[in-house]
Amino acid sequence: MGSKPRLTGYRRPDGTMGIRNHVIILPVDDLSNAAAEAVAKVVPGTLALPHGYGRLQFGEDLELTFRTLIGTGLNGNVAAVVVIGIEPKWTERVAAGIAKSGKPVASFSIEGKGDLQVIADAARVAQIFLQDASEITREPATEGDLIMSIKCGESDTTSGLGSCPTTSEAVDRWVAAGGTVFFGETSELTGGEHLIADRCIDDACRALFQKTYDNYIKVIESTGANLLGSQPTQGNIAGGLTTIEEKALGNIAKTGSVPVVGVLAPAEAPDRKKPGLYFMDTSSAAAECVTLMAAAGAVVHLFPTGQGNVIGNPIEPVLKLTANKKTAASMKEHIDLDVSGLLRQEYNLTKAGDMMMEVIERTVNGRLCAAEALGHREYTFTKLYISA
Amino acid sequence: MAKVPDFLLHHDGDSVAVANDDLQPGTLEGLSVKEQTKHTAVLNHAIPLGHKFALKDHAEGEAIIKYGIKVGIASQPIKKGDYVHTHNMRSYRWEASRA
Repeated sequence: MGSKPRLTGYRRPDGTMGIRNHVIILPVDDLSNAAAEAVAKVVPGTLALPHGYGRLQFGEDLELTFRTLIGTGLNGNVAAVVVIGIEPKWTERVAAGIAKSGKPVASFSIEGKGDLQVIADAARVAQIFLQDASEITREPATEGDLIMSIKCGESDTTSGLGSCPTTSEAVDRWVAAGGTVFFGETSELTGGEHLIADRCIDDACRALFQKTYDNYIKVIESTGANLLGSQPTQGNIAGGLTTIEEKALGNIAKTGSVPVVGVLAPAEAPDRKKPGLYFMDTSSAAAECVTLMAAAGAVVHLFPTGQGNVIGNPIEPVLKLTANKKTAASMKEHIDLDVSGLLRQEYNLTKAGDMMMEVIERTVNGRLCAAEALGHREYTFTKLYISA
Repeated sequence: MAKVPDFLLHHDGDSVAVANDDLQPGTLEGLSVKEQTKHTAVLNHAIPLGHKFALKDHAEGEAIIKYGIKVGIASQPIKKGDYVHTHNMRSYRWEASRA
């Protein structure tokens, strides 16, 4: 079939691999976005990752923010990291968490110095990191070196009929070749959660899955809210999806047929020695979900869409596919793979899977996906509760 | 090339089908994706690509089946061939979620 891709990537000091070679300027908190963005302006080629959180968080919510920040730095697509925060303690904690990978990391705090001094100091280091990273070359890689993540968005009924089954083909092939894949979207399993529970590899995995699912749904249901318009979204409804259960079955249609080998907390990295399909407890909001999966180490994302979601991520390429012929035409610039021919019966699912694998291979090997070319860099944190 | 099916259903036995293009009322030809069985149906309303219609009569409260699984219930009686969406179908899991 020729469907086994020839893959290349960048090897990091801790053995992980990535498909991009970013030097990132990582703000610890919202107050440090301005300095981080200024550094990335002074040293073009580096990438600032502004976000909205990081102050007065506490408990599990704070731990999740640390895990997201540190995990972003640890991602195989990142070569080196400049960390900037308002105060030294949390800034150094983030830098130390990333430094254990052996990657070049430097940290700067703003209190007592001001933005301009920090920008000057950080830019000098960022320049060196960028020049050093430019000498790192691609090496042969296997599926086992490169974590894939999947999440769909602005789904419609064509997602469940075409783009999700195509993604499913890629998931099964990636895992069969020794790779790891993350899926999430806890709320969007509602009505089909038994199908995932049945696929858990053992009782411990199944019990953890069920507990994770039940906890999330309890939070949503305890609001007593009418979720129609939020879940399913207005876009889902416009595309013909009526209920959460109908949407969930389309969502599940992209998860392949392989067993679920583990359950991960948001942004939790899997055991590298245990490849396979993992469920991660995440929101179903696109940018939040992909940010958490990238923070857990995913380096390439497959994003089936129906009505046309435009999401990207700063460090993880987000590949979009659609089986909706209207979306493929009207939002062409966002779509990396059009599988609407599947619904017209022009080819079968195996062929669609081959087409998907070809796009994945080219993206892994360096071709920019649509979201990268269009500058979509949504870096969005999941917040568990109010700040202190 | 064979004619493009007017509608698709996931499994034989599903009680709703999906429009494979913008459809006008009338007699249509469809295909079940899993079994590759040919189906015919009469559509009562014009519906856009991706929207659903009923392949059988549903009483109020009756299960609506897609993917061979219950994906909602009829919130009012639905006749065979009728457009099915938030106006006559709702979640059975999230009781508060209704149009």
